[in-house]
Amino acid sequence: MADITLVEAITLALGYEMQADTNVIVMGEDVGKDGGVFRATLGLLDKFGPERVLDTPLAESMIGGLAVGMAVRGLKPVAEFQFMGFMYPAFDQIVNHAARIRNRTRGRMSCPIVFRTPYGAGIRAPEHHSESTEAYFAHTPGLRVVVPSSPARAYGLLLAAIRDPDPVIFLEPSRLYRYAKQEVKNDGKALPLDVCFTLRTGEDVTLISWGAMIKETLEASAILHQQHGISVEVIDVATIKPLDINTILQSVERTGRCVVIHEAPSTCSVGADIVAQIAEKALFSLKAPPIRVSGFDTIVPYARMERLYLPSVERITDAVFSLMEYA
Amino acid sequence: MKIIERFDVPYYQYLDEASQLVDDDIPPLAENNETLLQLYRLMVLVRTIDSKAIALQRTGKLGTYPSTRGQEAVFVGVGHAMEEKDIFVPYYRDVGALIQRGVKLSQILAYWGGDERGNDFGPDNFPFSVPIGSQTLHAAGAAYAVKYYKEQRVVISMCGDGATSQGDFYEAMNVAGIWKLPVVFIICNNQWAISVPRQAQTATATLAQKAIAAGFSGEQVDGNDIIAVTHRTAEAIKNAREHNEPRLLEMVCYRQHDHTTADDASRYEPKNLREVEWKKEPLTRLQRYLEKRNVWDEQKQAALQVECAEQVDVAVKEYLSLPPQPRESMFDYLYATLPDIYQEQRDMLKNLKEVTHHG
Repeated sequence: MADITLVEAITLALGYEMQADTNVIVMGEDVGKDGGVFRATLGLLDKFGPERVLDTPLAESMIGGLAVGMAVRGLKPVAEFQFMGFMYPAFDQIVNHAARIRNRTRGRMSCPIVFRTPYGAGIRAPEHHSESTEAYFAHTPGLRVVVPSSPARAYGLLLAAIRDPDPVIFLEPSRLYRYAKQEVKNDGKALPLDVCFTLRTGEDVTLISWGAMIKETLEASAILHQQHGISVEVIDVATIKPLDINTILQSVERTGRCVVIHEAPSTCSVGADIVAQIAEKALFSLKAPPIRVSGFDTIVPYARMERLYLPSVERITDAVFSLMEYA
Repeated sequence: MKIIERFDVPYYQYLDEASQLVDDDIPPLAENNETLLQLYRLMVLVRTIDSKAIALQRTGKLGTYPSTRGQEAVFVGVGHAMEEKDIFVPYYRDVGALIQRGVKLSQILAYWGGDERGNDFGPDNFPFSVPIGSQTLHAAGAAYAVKYYKEQRVVISMCGDGATSQGDFYEAMNVAGIWKLPVVFIICNNQWAISVPRQAQTATATLAQKAIAAGFSGEQVDGNDIIAVTHRTAEAIKNAREHNEPRLLEMVCYRQHDHTTADDASRYEPKNLREVEWKKEPLTRLQRYLEKRNVWDEQKQAALQVECAEQVDVAVKEYLSLPPQPRESMFDYLYATLPDIYQEQRDMLKNLKEVTHHG
């Protein structure tokens, strides 16, 4: 069993499910011969043919709207948007239609669609290629929003997303696409949606994150533990909507301290919601204020400054030190 | 310089406003009394419920309602041309096609009365899609699925003239042209997108020619001529079914009412234009033609009006006696299975005591 990257795990999951279910099709810009700009659909055209691997015209709203019509009629489209910053023309189709067809028809019709897109900064790409606007979608009833942070979770969560009977926004941290390899069994086993994954257990502080920031969060937790003797619990939220707040609350109630770490700007972020829920439901377990380490409330800078924008290991460890000041 | 492409945009009218057959190539439908009578009865029914719906809104018994007055031939003709197995993607201004797709009048009233159950039109009819033009893409997607599963269906997509300014409308036609999808795009060009007239939507002479940029043919049809609407739609559907060729039909008619009951067209509609256009309206045109063919008379007309009024009364009673949905149903169709995390809110809603409403 070879170790594979996160993007290879995506390809593996797509191939597995296309083999298992002929209703599954892949569509998007350059997903066919080119195999996608990140090669996430590499080899699928040869294996499954042009009827199931569709190079679409260059129109994102069209990708969203086609997927809705296809899904209502029995297909399970996995639609790729080339970058999250190019997804917005499809916002109407995703938010007004994919998320609502089931409700609009009182359960008669449904939209089992996966909208995949590379997500986040840190790959030295041009403008609009570095967005992490998961909150736009997390705000919408009817959607699921899922973010894997390792090859194995990418494989298992993508399978779960494709098999889910409702639309899923599947955000793939592009910074992690080729960052690390991991053994992934191509056994078709899906991971559960709607649950957080505890990546590391600890007693002093809970770090809550998702996507590419899991990398810095784990690095920070190792430093805190090894160099400072602070016992850190790390939760990978993974499914942002619906949020498994119970796993988070159980951890925070135990540690009494928490930091939410995410790339997105802080205003009205998913982190804001998590902190609000902790305040509402676990205030009296807290030893210190629940805080966030996030991207700044600014436009993600171009390549030369993007590292300054992204929360760093140091910002995370400093945040934890500040919390440890409270007894 | 040389010309590398030329295009034609045909116009179809068989029965003119003086109820005369005008084309050299009259379709057999013009001789089919039985079908014409059926279509006429439907148009009268549609106009009857339309007046009733407006009256219900004015008396607070219905929400905002978009009238189909003057546009009956478009919806009735399109509905008739479809086969049962075909897939219908309507837009919100529709009664005449939907009632031929098995949708009850009371259900359409329920929709405009604010009940989501009014938007479930059965397995092969998409629901109303309110964001203008967005449904044209659903039609293209559905047509891809039809082709993928090798079904013998055709998808019929409807929209208004305002929708043709939307990117989605063009994107839907563009992909349908490239992928050769079995879809027919139909525009009910009633000349108005709320207050903005057709000339202010596009500089092109017709809306039909928009298909040319997508690589297939478009045609303009007299939307007040039910024979033309029905025949041209049937031809387009046949062509789509047999050859996987999309087509665009522009049905030219006139909106003989405000945009909706929430609108006041006197603010923008030129005086007398409605009256001028009324001379072309579809019901009288067909009625006179049927009289000329000696299959219709005043007595039958009077009887039909009574019959339609009765049918509408039954529908209104059904609508007004529809029991409310359980309040927690607002959570019950968000997901196939409601995630646990939202169960708490559903319970809270269910147990909510009566609340003071504002406004």
